[in-house]
Amino acid sequence: MGNGINAFNAYGGLIMTEYKEDVLLDCSGMQCPLPIVKTKKMIDSMEVDQILKMISTDPGSINDMAAWSRQTGHELLESITAEKDFIFYVRKAA
Amino acid sequence: MSKSNGRKRMALIASRGTLDWAYPPFILASTAAAMDMEVAIFFTFYGLPLLKKKLEAKVSPQSNPAMPMKLPFGPKALQNFDWPLPNALMGNLPGFELAATSLMKKKFKKKGVATIEELRTICLESDVKLIGCTMTMDVFGFKKEDFIDGIELGGAATFLEFAVDSDISMFI
Repeated sequence: MGNGINAFNAYGGLIMTEYKEDVLLDCSGMQCPLPIVKTKKMIDSMEVDQILKMISTDPGSINDMAAWSRQTGHELLESITAEKDFIFYVRKAA
Repeated sequence: MSKSNGRKRMALIASRGTLDWAYPPFILASTAAAMDMEVAIFFTFYGLPLLKKKLEAKVSPQSNPAMPMKLPFGPKALQNFDWPLPNALMGNLPGFELAATSLMKKKFKKKGVATIEELRTICLESDVKLIGCTMTMDVFGFKKEDFIDGIELGGAATFLEFAVDSDISMFI
C-alpha cells in the first residue's frame, strides 16, 4: 500500500474523512503491542502538526490508540472501522 | 532516583523465564515507553535468563494445565481444534516441551506476534532500563558477558530506588 488513496478505493469509497495524511504507517497483520510501538516511533520522527495515518488489523487498536492518544497528548483526529481494517488519523502535538 | 519532567513511571519485576511468561513484561514495558512513561524491569531468578544474548525460553505445558493445544498449520477447523491431550501426561514425553515450544513459536509468528528478541530490542531502543539481578547471577553462575549490551546490574535496592517513585508496579 503506497498511499492513502488505495485504502479508500479498496472499500469502494465508503470511507469519508476530511483529513489528509503527511505520513502513512501500515501495521496490517501486526499484533499488540507493535501498532502502538510503531506509531510512537513514527510520531517521534514527524514535525509538530503533521498528520499520521495508521492502518491496523488488530481489533485492540481501537481502544489502544484512544488510550495512547490520551496519555501522550497526540490528538486522535479520527478512528475508522472498515471491515477488518482499523484506520487512525493522529496529529502530532508539540 | 526521582522522576524526570513529571513523567509517569512503571516498575516491573520479571521472575519467570518460560516463553509465554516472557511476553508480559516486554509487552507492557515497550507499550509504556511508547506512552511516554519511564520504565524499568528487574530480572530476577528465572526471569534473568531473558537478558542472555542467546534466548532459550521454552513453553512448559506441564506447568500450564490450561494451555490450549492447537496446531499452527493445516485446515482452519483443525487449527482451531483444542487437542484433548492432558498436559500433565504429555509433559512427561521426551521432546514434548521442545515440540510445544516450536508449535507456539510458529503460531505466534503466523499471528503477527513479535518475538521476544524483537520486543527486547524495542525496549532497549526506547530507553527501558533492564536491570539484571546480581544475586541470581551468582547463584546460577552467569557472567556479565552472557548478557546483552545496554543492561544494568544490581540488587533489590537498585530496583527499589527506581520503584519508590513509580505509578505502576508489578511482579510478573
